[in-house]
Amino acid sequence: MSQETLRIQKISGHAGSVPGEDTQRQYTVCKLIDTTTCIGCKACEVACMEWNDLPFGETVFDNSYQTMPETRWNYWNLILFNEHEREDGSLMWLMRKNQCMHCAEPGCLAACPSDGAIVQYTNGIVDFQQDKCIGCGYCITGCPFNIPKFNKETKRVYKCTLCTDRVSQGLEPACIKSCPTGCLHFGSKDDMKYLAEQRAKQLRDHYNFPKAGVYDPPGVGGTGVIYVLHDASQPELYGGLPKDPRIPLSVKLWKGPLKWLGNIAMVGGLIGLFAHYLRYGPKEREEEAKEPHEGAQP
Amino acid sequence: MASSRRDFLKIGAVGGTAAAVFGFDLKPAFAQLRELKIERANETRSTCPYCAVGCGTIIYTIGDRAKNVTAQVVHVEGDPDHPTNRGTLCPKGSSLQQEIMNDRRLLKPLVRRPGGTEWEDISWDDAISEIARRVKKTRDETFVEKDAAGHTVNRLESIAWIGGCTDTNEFNYLVVKAMHALGVVHLENQARV
Repeated sequence: MSQETLRIQKISGHAGSVPGEDTQRQYTVCKLIDTTTCIGCKACEVACMEWNDLPFGETVFDNSYQTMPETRWNYWNLILFNEHEREDGSLMWLMRKNQCMHCAEPGCLAACPSDGAIVQYTNGIVDFQQDKCIGCGYCITGCPFNIPKFNKETKRVYKCTLCTDRVSQGLEPACIKSCPTGCLHFGSKDDMKYLAEQRAKQLRDHYNFPKAGVYDPPGVGGTGVIYVLHDASQPELYGGLPKDPRIPLSVKLWKGPLKWLGNIAMVGGLIGLFAHYLRYGPKEREEEAKEPHEGAQP
Repeated sequence: MASSRRDFLKIGAVGGTAAAVFGFDLKPAFAQLRELKIERANETRSTCPYCAVGCGTIIYTIGDRAKNVTAQVVHVEGDPDHPTNRGTLCPKGSSLQQEIMNDRRLLKPLVRRPGGTEWEDISWDDAISEIARRVKKTRDETFVEKDAAGHTVNRLESIAWIGGCTDTNEFNYLVVKAMHALGVVHLENQARV
């Protein structure tokens, strides 16, 4: 069947540079989610389950229309229903489609120690390669959006793939295709940012949402999924969307300076050893060292 | 030192090996993707049976309609060329594959007796003759020939018919004919899709 492949631009746990890096022009894909037109119908949830042949699980009722509290290893796409009371006492029902954000600088990929278990394709999609996953769960720590989920039976971590199988064949992701209100869009990152800015401007100028804006957090280098929010100054209202998501400091330190310190210590030690050998030669036993031993023998 | 040049070459060789081991490969990296499950599937255009909007769908089946193949539905999604929905589907429409594939589908007639709490199995023959008996009895008892003002109405108000969403147009046609013949006026089906 299909032997489709996608070029990689970032590899987890990989020593040295990515082979063939920057030898091809890049076309970044992006999802645009306009939360102002989402009606919470969950067509995207169903389409995701259907396309990816995910096994069904029990839903959790928690006095809300939300299917379950958070995404699962077999439930990658979840609409979060949030009730927000405005200053004038009126209620706003904020719905947000929650899934992998496909960050340009993914925390999961930075934290992953297994070579090639998490890759970022040149089109920006961050994908888990379960056959190389060692199930350590560091990606869960590295993700600022709490997306990767561990499956206890297979001992692997799973998340939204942005339908790489569809996208690589020129189709849009399943969730995007299903959306009946057109609140989901798919295209190149530049086009989606333009559309998002247009929509945010429309909301500010004509729909009495003076704080409307686009959510494309620079802390993770921008994301492959961008939101239009009614109130871009308070993304937390939308089911805890972090205002300034960043790769956790522990992961950054561990994979940044500490890793290099460790490498320098290890390689430096070896080089030092070798240089010492060249300079001074093999260690020669000194005769005096034997004396106390001989003295104790008689 | 006499050995310095040789040592330099040694270090160079070690460094080169290390570089090769730690990957300075110029061949681009690729990753194998999941295969597209509808790549060689057959596309059949259809209409979503659920509501009156009538969205266009594409049903993907494996097999190429050869004589020895029984087609199997693998995926259903919206028809982008359909003017009603242009590829989109609601959550019910998105789950259409399950209307065909789900193992919880009802495949046989069941009956819940008056006052009963459990559904019991019943054969098609028994079900149809029992329905016929009850329809006859009800109709004989409650048929309205003339209303209070003396107009001839010939109607049957004690029986209602509700058609299911997956009934075909042909089936609905027959239903309307049969129900009108009985005088049923509380008649609803989904022939509008």
